[in-house]
Amino acid sequence: MKCLAIAKKDIMMYYLKGPVVIFGILLPLFLFLAFWVGRDLPLNFLMAGLLSMTVFFASTSVSPVIAPWEGQMRTLERLLVCPVSTSTIIFGDVIASLSFGICMSLIPLLLALCFGFTPNPVIIPAILLAAFCFSCLGLLFSAYPTNLPSTVMMISSLVRFPLIFISGIFIPVQELPAWGKAVSMISPLTYFTDIARDSFGMNSFLPIYLDFIILAGFSIGFLVSAIKLHEHALLRRL
Amino acid sequence: MIAIEAEGLKKKFGDVEALKCVSFKVKRGEIFGFLGPNGAGKTTTVRILTGIIKPDSGKARVNGYDVVEETLKAKESIGVLPEVSNAYPDLTAWQNIMLIASLYGMRKRDAEARASELLKEFGIYERKDAKVRGFSKGMKQRLMLCMALISDPEILFLDEPTSGLDVQSARMIREKILEIANEGRTVFLTSHNMDEVNMLCDRIAVINKGKIVTIDTPERLKSRVGGNVAIEVSFGGKVELNMENAEKVGDKYVIYTADPYKTICEVVDFARKSGAEIVSINTRTPTLEDAFLKLLEVEG
Repeated sequence: MKCLAIAKKDIMMYYLKGPVVIFGILLPLFLFLAFWVGRDLPLNFLMAGLLSMTVFFASTSVSPVIAPWEGQMRTLERLLVCPVSTSTIIFGDVIASLSFGICMSLIPLLLALCFGFTPNPVIIPAILLAAFCFSCLGLLFSAYPTNLPSTVMMISSLVRFPLIFISGIFIPVQELPAWGKAVSMISPLTYFTDIARDSFGMNSFLPIYLDFIILAGFSIGFLVSAIKLHEHALLRRL
Repeated sequence: MIAIEAEGLKKKFGDVEALKCVSFKVKRGEIFGFLGPNGAGKTTTVRILTGIIKPDSGKARVNGYDVVEETLKAKESIGVLPEVSNAYPDLTAWQNIMLIASLYGMRKRDAEARASELLKEFGIYERKDAKVRGFSKGMKQRLMLCMALISDPEILFLDEPTSGLDVQSARMIREKILEIANEGRTVFLTSHNMDEVNMLCDRIAVINKGKIVTIDTPERLKSRVGGNVAIEVSFGGKVELNMENAEKVGDKYVIYTADPYKTICEVVDFARKSGAEIVSINTRTPTLEDAFLKLLEVEG
């Protein structure tokens, strides 16, 4: 599978890059600490929030940096002359990115187990689907044809931070005012957080099957858009 | 049999017409040189032929495959050394070459055998487990050529393969190009190095301002430069030599002529009459560079 070869290359090349470590590991950790320290919140609420943030930040940290870095290092043309389609390249990037998200999700899951929580197994397919969805979202951030990873990280931060605050991580969606509930519906993170809450024994805002369906819908939409946009953007990076 | 065929290729980038109806054919087993000044349309042509970009109109076939309709099949049959391209610096030479082998769908065992063979041939096998970041420019270029050859392609596109390389690496690459052609494979070579093109190519296409100016063999192109012999004469002090076909190049004049004896006599007569001192006088055949510059001059 050619996309696996591309994913392997991405893993070896980009997992240890500065922006990936900062935005994929350190940022969710510090956000969680800022949220947790000094507040008397139930542990299952915190664990569900930490899991959501970790999967979201980790899965959206690898995919946006790949294309600008390839353009900057001038490795892109070498890749494009190989017998691979843009879709294959995109799939490879998504696999590398979602693998990072899945690996990072093990940290909050293990932490939850240490605290005596056993989440509902439905969280496993939810993590896989959410990591895929967020990786595709990450690719949309790099659809702007610049070869500067810092510009792409700025664009991605402009989108990711507001999403964190409207997706029911810090305040459950049920407790938001009507306009807040409406805004939260535009974020794919809302639906994963809803499943995470449910799997940690809290009430979900929507039926879980509906969360899965909407997340799948977002994934398809993001993937198709990413392929279309990158078909044009990749050439402008040469 | 035709290996590469371009027919009426046109391409615009915004308001700039990069290619204006480019057509040519490259025969199988031929080393085909593609020359032109910067911005003439060489890279755009190569990118169309290698399936990276699509032409606005016109057709291109590589190894019998339409590069727009059957892009992946066309790409599978070619090896490419792009001009501005690097291997992955944080991967080893071996990882880089195996990545390309995977993208060509090669079986692991075949890929490993071919990679070892190529790396040994190009003298970088001992450094196969070193990261490319620490390689010299010559080593990087040799690795890039290994990557282009890993799939054992029928057709090879080489864009400035020896640009900026040390003599040893450049010579090694030139010898390899000749070997490849001797095996019956086709090489499409873009280069600014006229000696290299003259030495290697069977035929040459000259492109300028998006149009093919001429396609011919190096020797025929050279013979088009207004005569068969170039006479180089250098005078002591400043001298205005008013002779037909005389061009001032640096501190000397170059005169293209079909009758070198008569021209030398004229130069000597001129020197006698004007009291100018002849420092040196040499005869040589016109170079490909002379022909190239002449063609571009005629085209404006």
